[in-house]
Amino acid sequence: MKELTCIVCPRGCRLTIDDELNVTGNSCPRGAQYAKDELTNPKRMITSFMRVKNRENCVVSVKTSTSIPKGKIFDVMEEINKVGVDAPTHIGDIAISNVLGLGADIVITKNIK
Amino acid sequence: MIKRDLVIIGGGSAGMAAAIEAKKNGIDDILILEKDNVLGGILNQCIHNGFGLTEFKEELTGPEYLSRFADVVKEMGIEYKLDSLVLDVTENKVVTYSNANDGIVNIEAKAIVFATGCYERSAGAIQLSGDRCSGIITAGTAQKYLNIHGYLAGKRIVILGSGDIGLIMARRMTLEGAKVLCVSELMPYSNGLNRNIAQCLNDYNIPLYLSRSVLRVEGKSGRVEKVVLAAVDDKMKFIPGTEMEFECDTLLLSVGLIPYVSLLDKLHAEMSSTKGAKVNDQLMTSIPGVFACGNCLHVHDVVDFVTDEGREAGRGAANYIKGLSEKKRHITVKPGNGVGYVIPQYIETDLNNDITFKFRVRKPIKDVFVNFKSGDTLIQKVVKMVLIPSEMVMIKINKSKLENLPVDEIEVSLEERK
Repeated sequence: MKELTCIVCPRGCRLTIDDELNVTGNSCPRGAQYAKDELTNPKRMITSFMRVKNRENCVVSVKTSTSIPKGKIFDVMEEINKVGVDAPTHIGDIAISNVLGLGADIVITKNIK
Repeated sequence: MIKRDLVIIGGGSAGMAAAIEAKKNGIDDILILEKDNVLGGILNQCIHNGFGLTEFKEELTGPEYLSRFADVVKEMGIEYKLDSLVLDVTENKVVTYSNANDGIVNIEAKAIVFATGCYERSAGAIQLSGDRCSGIITAGTAQKYLNIHGYLAGKRIVILGSGDIGLIMARRMTLEGAKVLCVSELMPYSNGLNRNIAQCLNDYNIPLYLSRSVLRVEGKSGRVEKVVLAAVDDKMKFIPGTEMEFECDTLLLSVGLIPYVSLLDKLHAEMSSTKGAKVNDQLMTSIPGVFACGNCLHVHDVVDFVTDEGREAGRGAANYIKGLSEKKRHITVKPGNGVGYVIPQYIETDLNNDITFKFRVRKPIKDVFVNFKSGDTLIQKVVKMVLIPSEMVMIKINKSKLENLPVDEIEVSLEERK
């Protein structure tokens, strides 16, 4: 039996999950899935920024297109910080595809002219 | 003098929503005045995800969320001026703004919506003791430095206050290579969302110390060198012998947000305990034709609620301009046992089919009834399992229940379930 705080949405349900992966306390199916993933293969979204090379003093925000294994967070951060992008940027542009082979892209989240 | 139907002060979530809704309700002559160089307000620097779950049924980052509304503002042809600071508002609804192109301009408006957001409590406001050195910075300012300009405010960080911005910044700064030593919270509970404690602190093994605050800051060199925390008792007095010392270069403050209302204050609008203006069921302040919404009315925890409130103010302003919002009554809504504040503070029109009462409890409480009473008459009783101060409560009541009240007063209070 393990207690978890659901991080799927701002509601933050208190979940309990037993050894057979039965989940209680969730308000939606995503919460149950979160608890199962958290015990077997915990994953997180990452949001950060990248340098905009052709603008002075400017960064553009990015996110992972899907969650990545928790243990890979700092490796992915390193990849994000290695490269920059050129403006103009558009929401949804892919800055790095399939980062570290994890099946997630690094996607731009801000329009910069 | 230039005349406009509706002037909206602030182009963040609340202001954009108000403009869009007013336009949908038949008001074409709208001007948004925004002091920053982009629309979107604080969401520009909130690059984390989790926005828009109610509104869009998906989790967006702040910039993605704001761009959906900014796109609609542009598509609808709603005029907005950036880099434009409002200097003054008179009770005759003359708005004075200035920017580099137009100079200083006066506009006479039929209605005004304040959507000016909130500001952070500072070191001075909490009477932080110790050396006055550099490296003491509010969490929101550190967030702007990092997420807009790309600079870390420090490398070894202590955070005072466990509000959401502090928690989010603990994670952000950790990801960017800073060492966040701890988060200290004066209260015996955190004011942040549970999920932020889980994903911003627990994920990175950042300790959260409750009932502890900063005893003093040391920084004789001119930069923060050490932060000393100590436990507090239930009267918020420091307990000797409980000191914990942290060698660090930065103290981040996440110690509360206050509605930004200096211009409303100057108009002598009636103020509430939220530190925002008192409003009626149309979100109109005590100054006729002047409305308030979003974080300048009361500080919200979720942007979708800000958007909704912006829409409410946009409808209110449209009703006012069209001459529909005749005051038919004056019912005062007041907080009772366990309730900090209730919005709206007055019910004056009968234009809404339902009225959504928004309030916060004073302290965490389980298993309660929320009672809406007028005199001795119970209007509505709602069961709630858990209520905490950091989560705004919203309860909708049909207008039929608010008619023929015994007294011109409604009290919202908590009653423990035995």
